[in-house]
Amino acid sequence: MKDIKQWFRSGSPWVWLNAGAVTASIVMVAALIMLIAVRGLGHFWAKPIFEAEYVEADGTTIRLIGEIHDSERVPAERLRDKGVAVAQGVETIQRFLVKTGNRDTGGLDFRWALESQIRERHFPEELIALERYEWGNFYGYLKSVKESGEIIAEGEAAWPELLTRLQRVAELHQQIKAIEKVEIGAVNYNMERLRLRGRSLELDGEEAGSRRFVTLDEERAVLQREYEGLQRNLNELLHQVERDSITAEVMDGRIVELPLAQVVRAYRPNAMGMFSKIGFYMSKLWEFVSEDPREANTEGGIFPAIFGTVLMVILMSIFVTPFGVVAAVYLREYAKQGPLTRTIRIAVNNLAGVPSIVYGVFGLGFFVYFLGGNIDQLFFPEALPSPTFGTGGLMWASLTLAILTVPVVIVATEEGLSRIPRSIREGSMALGATKAETLWRTVLPMASPAMMTGLILAVARAAGEVAPLMLVGVVKLAPSLGLDGNYPFLHLDRKFMHLGFHIYDVGFQSPNVEAARPLVYATALLLVLVIVLLNLAAIAIRNHLREKYRALEH
Amino acid sequence: MSESIRPVSRRLDAPANPRHRWRMIKDRMARHGVAFGGIGVIIAIVLIFFYLLYVVFPLFIPASSEAVAQYAVPGEGSTLYLEMEEQAGLAVRYSDAGRVLFFDTADGTSQGEVTLSQLGEATITTLARDVPGSHTVALGLSDGRALVVQHKFSISYPNDVRTVTPRLDYPYGEEPLELADSGMTLRRLAMSDGEDRLLFAALDAEGQLHVVKYHKESSFLDEEVTLEREAEVVEDEGVEADYLLLEPSQRHLYLADGSGELLHYDVSDEEATLQERVKLTPKGQGLGSLELLVGGYSLLAGSDQGEVIQWFPVRDEHNHYKLTEIRRFHSQDRGIASIATEERRKGFLVADELGRVGIYHATAHRTIMVEQVSDAPIVRMSSSPRSNAFLAEDSNGQLHFWKVENEHPEVSWSSLWGKVHYEGYEEPGYTWQSSSASNDFEPKFSLTPLAFGTLKAAFYAMMIAVPLAILGAIYTAYFMAPRMRKVVKPTIEIMEALPTVILGFLAGLWLAPVMEDHLPAIFVLLLLMPLAVLLFGYLIHRLPSGLRARIPEGWEAALLIPVVTGITWFSFAISLPMENLLFGGDMRSWLSNEMGIGYDQRNSLVVGIAMGFAVIPTIFSIAEDAIFSVPRHLTNGSLALGATPWQTLVRVVILTASPGIFSAVMIGMGRAVGETMIVLMATGNTPVMDFSIFQGMRTLSANIAVEMPESEVASTHYRILFLAALVLFMFTFVFNTLAEIVRQRLRRKYSSL
Repeated sequence: MKDIKQWFRSGSPWVWLNAGAVTASIVMVAALIMLIAVRGLGHFWAKPIFEAEYVEADGTTIRLIGEIHDSERVPAERLRDKGVAVAQGVETIQRFLVKTGNRDTGGLDFRWALESQIRERHFPEELIALERYEWGNFYGYLKSVKESGEIIAEGEAAWPELLTRLQRVAELHQQIKAIEKVEIGAVNYNMERLRLRGRSLELDGEEAGSRRFVTLDEERAVLQREYEGLQRNLNELLHQVERDSITAEVMDGRIVELPLAQVVRAYRPNAMGMFSKIGFYMSKLWEFVSEDPREANTEGGIFPAIFGTVLMVILMSIFVTPFGVVAAVYLREYAKQGPLTRTIRIAVNNLAGVPSIVYGVFGLGFFVYFLGGNIDQLFFPEALPSPTFGTGGLMWASLTLAILTVPVVIVATEEGLSRIPRSIREGSMALGATKAETLWRTVLPMASPAMMTGLILAVARAAGEVAPLMLVGVVKLAPSLGLDGNYPFLHLDRKFMHLGFHIYDVGFQSPNVEAARPLVYATALLLVLVIVLLNLAAIAIRNHLREKYRALEH
Repeated sequence: MSESIRPVSRRLDAPANPRHRWRMIKDRMARHGVAFGGIGVIIAIVLIFFYLLYVVFPLFIPASSEAVAQYAVPGEGSTLYLEMEEQAGLAVRYSDAGRVLFFDTADGTSQGEVTLSQLGEATITTLARDVPGSHTVALGLSDGRALVVQHKFSISYPNDVRTVTPRLDYPYGEEPLELADSGMTLRRLAMSDGEDRLLFAALDAEGQLHVVKYHKESSFLDEEVTLEREAEVVEDEGVEADYLLLEPSQRHLYLADGSGELLHYDVSDEEATLQERVKLTPKGQGLGSLELLVGGYSLLAGSDQGEVIQWFPVRDEHNHYKLTEIRRFHSQDRGIASIATEERRKGFLVADELGRVGIYHATAHRTIMVEQVSDAPIVRMSSSPRSNAFLAEDSNGQLHFWKVENEHPEVSWSSLWGKVHYEGYEEPGYTWQSSSASNDFEPKFSLTPLAFGTLKAAFYAMMIAVPLAILGAIYTAYFMAPRMRKVVKPTIEIMEALPTVILGFLAGLWLAPVMEDHLPAIFVLLLLMPLAVLLFGYLIHRLPSGLRARIPEGWEAALLIPVVTGITWFSFAISLPMENLLFGGDMRSWLSNEMGIGYDQRNSLVVGIAMGFAVIPTIFSIAEDAIFSVPRHLTNGSLALGATPWQTLVRVVILTASPGIFSAVMIGMGRAVGETMIVLMATGNTPVMDFSIFQGMRTLSANIAVEMPESEVASTHYRILFLAALVLFMFTFVFNTLAEIVRQRLRRKYSSL
């Protein structure tokens, strides 16, 4: 007892408590990153499909086919409260969230299953999984492959036949996508531009039937012919792609027919070896970063979101770097140091702590409604009443984030400038250089890593911000990218997708949260990786810089 | 090749040297360019504040009004009803002379007149109007019938000039409808044109109250509507009522007489039933005017001594609706002659016998202005649909046309921050409910629940973050081995950079369900963790000294990693057995059944942990800096005098660094208050005022994120959201500035030590 008392008096218990606080924080960070990594990366692995007998609560036995998506232990009491019969004496029960897929035939694609009710679980190799463009995954036994309604292959032969035909369908889908997205997209875009030109001629008081209108009509006719030609090709391809279909047996024993045109990918996870699973994993991972989302963003990839984030961040950097650097140079090198500059410095510092949503409100009110509204009145009257810049878009989003991050760049650059020893400036001046030359030739190059640090931190912050973007131009699904092959190539007025908003939207606004969740984890992992890498780079540059100046001072 | 070597023929700094001049010009240009750019950026940043202020400012501009025109009432007979079209350019006047006159509001010139010739011998004795904006009135006749008339202002733009063409429609035929079977003169009339029935209440000359329902039956082939009549005489013995009002949901019928006695009938069923009798005006005061506020839920009673009182039915504990006095407005001291309600807002105009017109707002409980409009008493008024003009007729037969500038009457101190008794609510409360499907809805702009939610979220976040961050900072700065510190500091910095959307998503989709299933684990964890750490420390202390010496100093935190993870695992492992043992298998239902505490899946605890996680690094790094930069000679001195490291820390280091720690907490608080995504995703976003840790909240910032995109530009709602943003801006800015000043002071103190 006395020992404990003395131990307490020595103060070392408090030291241990303090150490515990650090440990808890670090463990929390590590756990969080691991959680995201495990859940995000695990999603792309081909999970085995099981088949089992399942005894329902009312005593009937059904066949259950699906993947185990999640599992948890629940107290038996909680289940009894809900009217599930649980044997006496059992305190906790393992239950699985089973992904049964087949939303089109079964209605729901997830269900809970109690472990105690599952009998004879096994993993037949013949079970196939199909990823589809609609209705989520399909699980079942392949029965036959059909061409235009005629059976081509049955039984054992069906699977290889399915794979070769799927190849053909995938190629056709590629062609369809190329026509729909690129070629018809371009025609539509040009049509819209012609419409706007016509409208602007009308506004200018051009007489109907004048030469300019005639040229417009001619151009329109050309586009129309082009469009019809494309449409014919497209119809032909669509017809071809619908040729093949398969029949398969699902969980409840029904035989259903599926058009192959709906299938993205077919695999037999139970028959796959380690290597084919790794191959599958890689192809899924590639799809994730390079493809468009499908099924209300719950399947497929997140390429438009990556693209939107990157484009927005690049635009923001273009805005923020010169202004931030100029402001910092002014504050540090030109402005008279006094109470005023001190106040400004404190104010700039504090702006970094102002909630980001406030910037969003400012961006919406000032940029979108005020500036954008006026720009529309002046330069785009032909498109009114539908707004061009009078609504959120790439331009306003990147400007808003530029204002949000400009304090970061100013603070970092100023710090860099203040670290450059006086002697360097004085040396340059002594050699007869003007102040501008000193700055340009010696000070700024030496401070450039600091600017880089500021920019990287700004980019990292901008890439993770969501709240202001929700007000100034982020959407859940952008029909076209901000950068494409149509004149003027960079479309600053377009809305865009963003990784952070994608997480919010898919995780919280999605109709099928359970199906979307793994994808949200994967997206989160990508975002965390990007931001952690950017921050590590900034920290590395900063440390390197400190060393460098320390060497200079001596 | 010899040309490439050029002798230096000129001195660079010679004053006349053009190259030198050019260099000087460049230098000056750079100076001005940088100054211009720098000041520009600073101004742009300042602009944020001023722009927010600029948008918010109109909320606080007092309303103004001006007389535009005054002229004799156009047309003959005495006025029964006045109404203006959308832009207040034209008005319609119904008179008892059987004519409907359209006139220009600017000068009273006639723009068309319709004589209701189908009335024949009968004269118009009374008039009732349907809900504002329907443009429908019913004319009560001397032969017991009533004619439903709709005036229309059709707008066209010939040659881009707005032209209004007035006309009259008869939605239920040109022939009057039968009301009183007796054929007796109608003295008072009330009407309501609903979805499937047309309802009249009429009082005849003998005081009999007739309730007549016309059920509408529209045939599917053509749009023709046929009416089926069902009549009832409610009051046989005769009542003396001067006011007869029917509420648009066709449930409540109000009769009132000059003394302020009111009869409240329920006419929703087959038979009308008397609900209650109420005296509307204070003792000794009669009734000067009675009107329904827009939406028809509230009654506005103006007494003959100048009081204006709002009443509406409030449900009592027996589920009965009882008329209840809600609020009294500023008294005008003279008898109220007329009340006119605004068409789209809960505002109204009150005219008294001295010729003054007051504009009020019901929800905001606000007197917006009182103006002397005429020398004579005002007998009738009408507010334009946009509430930017009114017409007032005085007893000398003069019409006064006034313009009003009154954009945001809904805003007052009490409506933003106080308890308000809203229509349909049982008691006054703080409510935020801004969106509305129709004008009848009473917008509820109480910022109190949002500010409360903001502070509540910040409070729970700080509860988690402050101990962890400050204790951690103390350890890292003072005890930790330098090699470990090199790893810990960047890790915490990266923690700061984690996007909050990820924290919010994990909190909402992972932590909230996990916590729901393992509620005891969280509390066990909070309790066991410090105990386990202490126990572990004690065990180390009791190790044989040879073994203890092997443990390097400053690595306690690393040793604790298995302890922390182990305890976490243990807490979750015993969670289920504990629930079975102590809480009957389900702590949530135990909480709500046994303790009466409701449980939201996304609650304050989830937000506290997630936002605490976001705030820890902010507090940690500033506090750590402050502690680490305490001059070494102070601590060395203290240690040399024989103090233990812990004593030195508590008595010297923390004391010196306390301003820095304080500013760290302030900055952390600022961050917690403004955080948007975490609260948006980890709470249910319901604006409740409840301090319970198991309930959610709605914060100012989340509210902005949710409602801003839908709010109409320049509306009151839009400006109030800007006000919320301004409040957030000011709050964080003031907090951060304070913290920054404290820190700078501290830095100066250190350098002087």
